[in-house]
Amino acid sequence: MIYGSGAVLASPYTLGGVQSGPACCLPDPHLRIENLSVAYGSTTVLDGVSLNLYRGCITALIGPSGCGKTSFLSTLNRLTDLVPEARVSGRIWMDTIDVLDPGLEVQGLRRRIGMIFQKPNPFPLSIYRNLELPLREHGVRGGEVRFRKIEAALRDVGLWNEVHDRLDNPAMALSGGQQQRLCIARALVLEPEILLMDEPCSALDPMSSDVVEKLILRLRGRYTVVIVTHNLAQARRIANYAAFFWMKERVGKLVEFGRCQPLFETPVSPLTAAYVSGAAG
Amino acid sequence: MSRWRIDRLLSLLLATLAGGAALILLLVLAFLVREAWPVLSGIGWVRLVTDDGWYPLENRFGLLPMLWATLAAGVAATVLAATIGLASAIFARFFAPPSVARLYRPMLALLAGIPSVVYGLWGLTVLVPLIARWQPPGASLLAAILILALMILPTVALTSLSALNAVPGSLMRGAAALGLTRRGVVLGVAVPAARAGILGGFLLAAARALGETMAVLMVAGNVVQNPTGLFAPVRVLTANIALEMAYATGAHRAGLFASGLLLTLVVVVLAGLTARLVSNTAHV
Amino acid sequence: MSRALQDRLFTGAIWCCAALVIVAFLWLLGDLAWKGVAHLSWSFLTDEPGNAGRSGGIGPILVSTALILGVASVVAIPLGLGAAIWLAEYTRRGSRLGQGVRLSLDVLAGVPSIVFGLFGNAFFSVFLGLGFSILAGGLTLACMILPVFIRTSEVGLTAVDNDWRMGSAALGMSRSTAVGHILLPAAAPEIAAGLMLGIGRATAETAALIFTSGYVDRMPESLLDSGRALAVHIYDLSMNVGGGDSAAYASAMVLIAWIVVINAAAHTLGAHWASRSISA
Repeated sequence: MIYGSGAVLASPYTLGGVQSGPACCLPDPHLRIENLSVAYGSTTVLDGVSLNLYRGCITALIGPSGCGKTSFLSTLNRLTDLVPEARVSGRIWMDTIDVLDPGLEVQGLRRRIGMIFQKPNPFPLSIYRNLELPLREHGVRGGEVRFRKIEAALRDVGLWNEVHDRLDNPAMALSGGQQQRLCIARALVLEPEILLMDEPCSALDPMSSDVVEKLILRLRGRYTVVIVTHNLAQARRIANYAAFFWMKERVGKLVEFGRCQPLFETPVSPLTAAYVSGAAG
Repeated sequence: MSRWRIDRLLSLLLATLAGGAALILLLVLAFLVREAWPVLSGIGWVRLVTDDGWYPLENRFGLLPMLWATLAAGVAATVLAATIGLASAIFARFFAPPSVARLYRPMLALLAGIPSVVYGLWGLTVLVPLIARWQPPGASLLAAILILALMILPTVALTSLSALNAVPGSLMRGAAALGLTRRGVVLGVAVPAARAGILGGFLLAAARALGETMAVLMVAGNVVQNPTGLFAPVRVLTANIALEMAYATGAHRAGLFASGLLLTLVVVVLAGLTARLVSNTAHV
Repeated sequence: MSRALQDRLFTGAIWCCAALVIVAFLWLLGDLAWKGVAHLSWSFLTDEPGNAGRSGGIGPILVSTALILGVASVVAIPLGLGAAIWLAEYTRRGSRLGQGVRLSLDVLAGVPSIVFGLFGNAFFSVFLGLGFSILAGGLTLACMILPVFIRTSEVGLTAVDNDWRMGSAALGMSRSTAVGHILLPAAAPEIAAGLMLGIGRATAETAALIFTSGYVDRMPESLLDSGRALAVHIYDLSMNVGGGDSAAYASAMVLIAWIVVINAAAHTLGAHWASRSISA
């Protein structure tokens, strides 16, 4: 395999340092969710959720298990289409696009919205192929072009120095933390606008979890990040906004949404207060 | 062409292939009926049962003697193979020392792969003369039963072994902790827990025994008559087809196809029963 | 009868049965080797049969067998894989169509081999006019190995980690890419094993071939020529040729060796593929 000769990059990360992107306190919603409900068969898991996901900000979805946070995430990139019994109602607007429109070209949507899963799921292929396959699939022509994008993505997640000399090795041979970073690189290589992360650190050991968390921080400003997390401390560390979900009569509902610090320190709802102080959930 | 259009075309192509595979059964049944039609409609399928014997050149198409022979050989062989096969599986799982156990399974797999002609060859040259020494002519129902049992035994043993291996160890440890002896654990806990798989294996073997042609053909003597005893030569339905297809024409040929249809019906019903039984006994 | 005595009898019975099986195994294979080894030689594998097979070799017969298996594989692989992929990836769980296809295949799997011989004769040899030919025999065998091949391939594909399906969907990849680049390679060991199993069974087949590919023991010149498979040769030697027993035994040894090699190939292929995709 002939690799192109890339220019020597000054810093190991193309995304720059932590929190170096544009500020995101401007109320510019990237995704507007209106009255979203999700049901699987006859069981409703989520009801009447409305919130905005602001451009370039990190929004944490917090709340106990089973409140529909993962289902919420899955509606944003239409992954619910894969579940035959899933019924989604409500509206989701990504800028001017109606995400839930049945006639929407879903593959294009999923190029703009990337997803990271709780359990790292690199394909049983080489590291290089893991990143090349989505690029080829979306019509990126030219080996040189693809190689540059792959190198950039691997540098972004901090894997380049670790794997640049063994790109043809199986991805499954990497450690858990490296695999998850590879999955993030795989999502980044398509240059999405929005990243959905479903508890990306929960299956990792503390050290890898720390590395991934710092990576997520670096994404702020360039990407709109929505992250489901059970780790309240993590949410406080990285999120700009937080959305608190809770089960009411066995249906997941959005209880409170707002800027992260205020929600944790002076929540409006007593439920939120109980949860973030550890008294409930 | 966009990838998504390829997807749509591929989905169509694959569905067509799957449909084609599914239609093979219909094709088989259609042609069997087509070839058997002269007998089924013309001579009437009732005659297949009521005629006194299979003498097609004299226009007698009674299948019953051969059907009895098929059932006698098949059932007896299944019972024999089931007992010894299950015992082998129990041996391999519970009694064999590790060194033996490691070799026992590959041995069974090898036996299961031996072609039926080879079993027939061995039966013809070794078993039949042996039986003949005891009670001529040797080529007999007994030979058919023994060879069939030997043939289906490895499969029974392997399926029973898989079923026994699937029983959770905790179940048996619990039984042992209650003071049950090895016999008690095996007969009281393990075998009942695995009974769905074991039973399925038995019925699968029975279906195979009923449908087996070559080995039985080579050792059973092939005389069309009701089985009068273990040492009488008999002809089974499958062997009949194999022997007479070469020169059968007209109604005779149609009669052979009709017997093939009957055999398929019996085997398919058995397979259906197996599926029903296995799913019903599946809950421990 | 005391408990201890019952236990002792049970153990004894189990050991007896096991010993019976081992004795039968050794007797059978031992006999085979004893009676066949004298007739085996390199020329046996390559020469034409002479004197109705009592002398000479099985060269043309090996060629015919290989051709019949080849035809069966070439037909069964695309048809079988396509059907398996459709069942595993393109049907919903519990779909009527999927259930129907599976039921049809399960019933087909139970049809006795002689009945396949009848069908092959009526359809391939007579209706399609292929006569007694390697092509007719191969096509009949393809019908026989399809049900099991499709089922084992389907199981292999369904067993592939669903995380990869979700991951590829989230990346906006089409299903054909996911199947071709990720799922099929991951299931390749199971699929190869299922194919080898089918070919092993096909190699042992006699009843289905007698009336489709025929008896001719000369070297075949085309797929439309009649050809004698090895199993059919053994049958002919033992039943129709007086004094053909030792040739039959030698042929049987070759046949068993062939099947053992196929099964071993399936195992090693499977293990090799499995290890390559996972570990470093």
